[in-house]
Amino acid sequence: MTFDIQKIRTDFPILSKKVYGKQLIYLDNGATTQKPQKVIDRISRIYSQTNSNIHRGVHFLSEKTTSDYENARNTVKKFINAKSEKEIIFTKGTTDAINLVAFSLGEYCVNEGDEIIVSQSEHHSNIVPWQLLCERKKAKLKVIPINEKGELIIEEYKKLLNEKTKIVSVAHVSNSLGIVHDIKTVTDEAHKYNAYVLIDAAQSVQHIKTDVQKLDCDFYTFSGHKIYAETGIGVLYGKEKILEKMPPYQGGGDMIKSVSFEKTTYAELPLKFEAGTSNYVGAISIATAMDYITEIGLENIAKYEAELLEYATQKLSSVNGLKIYGTSKNKAGAISFLLNDIHPYDAGMILDKLGIAIRTGTHCAEPTMKFFSIQGTARASFAFYNTKEEIDTLYKGLLRVQKMFGK
Amino acid sequence: MTINEIQNQIIEDFGMYEEWMDKYEYIIELGGGLAKFDDTNKTPSNIIEGCQSRVWLDAELKDGKIIFFADADAIITKGIIALLIQVLSDRTPQEILDSDLYFIDKIGLKQNLSPTRANGLVSMIKKIRTYALAYKEISKN
Repeated sequence: MTFDIQKIRTDFPILSKKVYGKQLIYLDNGATTQKPQKVIDRISRIYSQTNSNIHRGVHFLSEKTTSDYENARNTVKKFINAKSEKEIIFTKGTTDAINLVAFSLGEYCVNEGDEIIVSQSEHHSNIVPWQLLCERKKAKLKVIPINEKGELIIEEYKKLLNEKTKIVSVAHVSNSLGIVHDIKTVTDEAHKYNAYVLIDAAQSVQHIKTDVQKLDCDFYTFSGHKIYAETGIGVLYGKEKILEKMPPYQGGGDMIKSVSFEKTTYAELPLKFEAGTSNYVGAISIATAMDYITEIGLENIAKYEAELLEYATQKLSSVNGLKIYGTSKNKAGAISFLLNDIHPYDAGMILDKLGIAIRTGTHCAEPTMKFFSIQGTARASFAFYNTKEEIDTLYKGLLRVQKMFGK
Repeated sequence: MTINEIQNQIIEDFGMYEEWMDKYEYIIELGGGLAKFDDTNKTPSNIIEGCQSRVWLDAELKDGKIIFFADADAIITKGIIALLIQVLSDRTPQEILDSDLYFIDKIGLKQNLSPTRANGLVSMIKKIRTYALAYKEISKN
């Protein structure tokens, strides 16, 4: 299929919306992505035609929804090339998935004096669950430093690894800077010490084709709402043999084989980690979104987005007094910047009134901001439905902001 | 002027601006005109942390009235602070406690006060009221 941007834009109804009388320019895709009509229709169809709880009923609707839910698992499996459906667990999102691993894997393999490694540029969601684990187990959290370009300093990372390292958890793409990290090296180096590796793919799964078997990471997680599906749903991929060994995270319905007050036995994978009624509508919406992406081709999307990012980088760099944070060549999805000494909140407020939606602040990555000695940035983040014309409008908006603040 | 008279005045002033950008230009101007806040007073106890911008607030009681001093690192926030100070500074604690701040909504800046914006303004208004309560108690004694 050819990449027809005009056709693609019409697939996303919200893109034709106006705000404050101006055409909406949505450049906050790192926070959440918009939904194609196919996904919206699919959700609507479930509630209007097939809604029923999964894994319980003997009736027609329940069987239908259960099979749609399990098919969704299969779609996800194929999308990231996992070995088996047992390795795909539906969670509430990336945060929930990281908490699951921090708890269950922590219970399984982390003891006093052990070490966990994250990086300086992680989202708070990939820091705090590990801090909680470290407190619980009296383990130590170590941090991979980043350089001025926002890249992980791999040589320093290698020095942090040792026999005590139990888990390494890093983002594929940093949410605040948009840097693509060398997760293959991160994974391979950790495995030399038999440490488990979790890849936070919240900002990469929608931009970069990933084969979890080739990458060989132990866990890989992302959120539905950042890949054009519903909110409140996410995916945790974990290698079957490790998931088997991990104790359950939460107890409840669906995750048990049998319950008695003497002894409760747990369900097989993946249900062992899906206590309670899953967000089955969300799960099915992920599959629909993935089908949609696959139809366009993730490679085509990546190619278009790379061009867009290159164009945006050049255009923004041409604004006098604009400084981009995270200048590595390996980037995807986002540009973080400051405009002169204008507070990002001020810039964001004015752009908003011009119909341009960006994110401002620390992006839930305070340690990253601390590294650059700044309070926050403005971040424009892109999806494959954005256009060069929209970037031109952002450029003009930034000039307007400068003028308003006397720069 | 009473608190409400000043609020009505502000609403009238803003009524002149039909365009968002003009409104914001006015707010930016107000922000620039805010009385200088002594940097040495930017202490941890005076800071109100928001995840978007930071606000500092200090107060003193003078002849039974509270004088507020404030600052922010974002100019739009600072402009709204200037308006809040016009309305609430140099008032008795009771006047502040009895006040109903309706002007922000009326001039279309409510967005700046939603808790999710987290620019510190909501907390600032809360803190202004806390000062009023505290000074009311002090005045009684």
